[in-house]
Amino acid sequence: MRTLIFRTVAPYLSSLMVLFSVFVLLRGHNEPGGGFIGGLIAASAFAIYGIACGVSPVRRALFFHPMAIAGSGLMMASIAGLVSILAGVPFMTGLWVYIPIFGEELALSTVLLFDVGVYFVVVGAITSIALALEERATD
Amino acid sequence: MNAYMPSTTFFVLLSPFIAALFAPALTRLFKHNAAWLLAIVPAAIFWHFSTFLPDVANGEVVTGGYQWIPAFRVNFSWLIDGLSLTFALLISGIGALIVLYSGGYLKSHPHLGRFFSFILMFMGSMLGLVTSDSFLMFFVFWELTSITSFLLIGFDHKREASRRAALQALVVTGGGGLFLLAGLLLIWNVTGISEMSLLLRSHTALADSPFYIAIFVLVLGGAFTKSAQFPLHFWLPNAMEAPTPVSAYLHSATMVKAGVYLLMRLNPVLGDTVAWETVLPIFGGTTLIVGTLLAIRQTDMKLMLAYTTVSSLGLLVMLTGFGSEKAVEAAVLYLVAHSMFKGALFMVAGAIDHEAGSRDITKVGGLMASMPIIFAAAFASAFSMAGLPPFFGFLAKEEIYAGLWHVEAWPLLLTLVAIVGNGLMFVIGFAVALKPFLGEKKAPGDHPHDGPVLLWLGPAVLAICSLVTALFSELTHHYISSPMSTAVEGEAVSVHISIIPHIGMPLYLSLVTIAFGVVAYRNVDRLRAAMTRLLDAIGWGPDQGFDQFIRGTVRLSFRVTQVVQPGRLEIYMKATFILLAIAVMVPMIVFDELPAMPKMPEYLSLYETAIMAIAAVGLLSVLYAKDRLTAIVSLGIQGFAVALIFMLFGAPDLSFTQFMVETLSVVILALVMTRLKLTPTDHRSVGKTAIDLIISVVCATAFVLLLLSVTQLPFDASLSDFFTRYSLSIAHGANIVNVILVDFRGTDTWGEIAVVMVAGLAILSLIRIRLRPAVPIATNDPSEEERR
Repeated sequence: MRTLIFRTVAPYLSSLMVLFSVFVLLRGHNEPGGGFIGGLIAASAFAIYGIACGVSPVRRALFFHPMAIAGSGLMMASIAGLVSILAGVPFMTGLWVYIPIFGEELALSTVLLFDVGVYFVVVGAITSIALALEERATD
Repeated sequence: MNAYMPSTTFFVLLSPFIAALFAPALTRLFKHNAAWLLAIVPAAIFWHFSTFLPDVANGEVVTGGYQWIPAFRVNFSWLIDGLSLTFALLISGIGALIVLYSGGYLKSHPHLGRFFSFILMFMGSMLGLVTSDSFLMFFVFWELTSITSFLLIGFDHKREASRRAALQALVVTGGGGLFLLAGLLLIWNVTGISEMSLLLRSHTALADSPFYIAIFVLVLGGAFTKSAQFPLHFWLPNAMEAPTPVSAYLHSATMVKAGVYLLMRLNPVLGDTVAWETVLPIFGGTTLIVGTLLAIRQTDMKLMLAYTTVSSLGLLVMLTGFGSEKAVEAAVLYLVAHSMFKGALFMVAGAIDHEAGSRDITKVGGLMASMPIIFAAAFASAFSMAGLPPFFGFLAKEEIYAGLWHVEAWPLLLTLVAIVGNGLMFVIGFAVALKPFLGEKKAPGDHPHDGPVLLWLGPAVLAICSLVTALFSELTHHYISSPMSTAVEGEAVSVHISIIPHIGMPLYLSLVTIAFGVVAYRNVDRLRAAMTRLLDAIGWGPDQGFDQFIRGTVRLSFRVTQVVQPGRLEIYMKATFILLAIAVMVPMIVFDELPAMPKMPEYLSLYETAIMAIAAVGLLSVLYAKDRLTAIVSLGIQGFAVALIFMLFGAPDLSFTQFMVETLSVVILALVMTRLKLTPTDHRSVGKTAIDLIISVVCATAFVLLLLSVTQLPFDASLSDFFTRYSLSIAHGANIVNVILVDFRGTDTWGEIAVVMVAGLAILSLIRIRLRPAVPIATNDPSEEERR
């Protein structure tokens, strides 16, 4: 599958897909999208990169082990839930803060943190499976 | 609830666990002298509980506690009446002495700190058990005593015998705990009561219930396993593998009495029925006789004492079940007496073992001069055990005969059983207390002597207690015996027996017992030989039965595993899909819920038709694909078509996800294909293909029917309305699907991503497994294991 065209295009394609996945993640609260679908897009981006250029460049680019990324995602999601308990409301209650930046209000929330956690879990888990399979396919 | 000192009692109940936490550190600092510090905890508990004595003696019942899970009416609550108070005092009082004794007995043991920790944890569990008011708390502490007992029996975990004994005790008492749990839940269901104190006021609610027999059997299942009734007694002698302080504390004075405690506690509500007054004396009486006979056969002092503990527990069960007020008084007195003399005798046996180098009565002798204090304690305790004045055991035995004696067949039989049992216990008591001390001096160890104060303090204090409680019997009865009997009987009882012998039937029966005991003592060697011959002739006991049971269970589970987990993916998938089809189809047919034939849409737009055609083409090419890779990709075509349909019908999120999932499935399936090095083409025989075809068609039909009948139900829009209304206003999000996922049902998603993560880990490890041909895969076959 390592044709010249695929190998040339794959890095651009993958980086665009990762960028797009972040966009999908962030718009998710009001438009179609969200952490799960964003995570799937990013995971396919890494899978494509891996198929085109081999597994080790992907691992280098990711820097962390994908399972560690998934773990950190799960921890973020858990923290997002636990913060509510510290604030004295039931577990997983959404908390919101509005930060004014350049005249606009930036809405941050534990819900966002939770969604980012979902994103990381999906990216990490699926990427680690895909990379492990690709690794064995090529060795 | 009475608010009498609630917080102090709570802290007191907690304190042994706190002490257990610090015990290892203290032991590292002070070596075995940490015992003096740690004994302060049980001593303080003893002092705290003794402050309840005056109130409880006046007939008061102290309760207190906190709400634990209010929604289920589960409380952390305690009940202190005569019964629980006596137990609490025995546990903490003897506990303090045992902690001190452990310091002497395990003086230079490398894990002394751990030992202190375990024994304090046990103490806390046992205290919790006897003071629990709520059923759930009672059960939790009941199981905690089993677990801590497991840790203590297996303390010397490098010996196989210890490990086996620990496991055996855990299996038997833990299994009994499950019976107890079922029994308590049944009581809870039948009466709606979850607290002992309320249950005791429910009069005959349980005895009249149609579930009485079930409750009765389940409660006995718990009590008989814990209190080692025949034929479940075998774990108790085996538990003597534990260090002697454990035997003295758990397996004579406290834990094994938990079953008796349960029976006594429930006597007012479960007792007074034919079942209770028949089953309990039969099991108790059998245990009494079997226990003493097996004790005669032993020469190891600890084992002799262990078997007499079994028989004493039998005697207690028998008396509790007999039903008369006097019998209950006798059970109460004997329970207190037994805790004191048996605890002391065990510590004596341990001290002899420690100082003289053996605890076999045929190997040690003539130690009286070198171990005077131990001898005095042993002698006094044996007097109490034999039921001789002026010790507390005498009061108990007089009351036993007073309670049992009636000129009727059943009481006469039980009286006879009691005489034989008591007579044989007389023999054992003196065999342990006299044989090692009298006669020609012999000891495997060098310089036998009384040893350090830590070693002799426990037995000495307990022996003195046996004497003092009997001498001041009026006070003992006022504060201990009468309140406890009242609690067990369920109505006011006052105990009067004193050490001054009264001419009457009980005294004559005592004399008969003593005469029988003396004769038997002189012939103890002959009796032992006879018993050995008898047991050899039988050749099988419950102990072997336990092993056979465990082996059988292991073999059975191996066979079952071989059937249900054959390790072939093909079979797993077939089973899953067949069950799925059955689960969906059968209820629909049985309950006549098959959907009506759907109407064909009148107008189908061109692109809708086109998309469906694409899906159909995708599916057909799956069926006709020459190799697997083509099939996988073709399946993807069908998936994409479905995603398009989602898009057309206004579910962009769903369709979006479907696209990504399809893409990734194709990629990952293709990777797996290359990874697993499967043959590229299908190699199933025609027959197999036909079976698989049938399964898949049935599954597919089932799902079509299910979906059709779901859409034909009237649509309940209340949830969607709720989400539509509140998504933006309270969750600040316009995309309802995402808001549901991350906010309204965030906890669900949280669980799901945890599953994703775990599944990822599992798959990763499966991929990474590299089979090494040199190491054969373990089959876990028990017969292979036994051969090894």
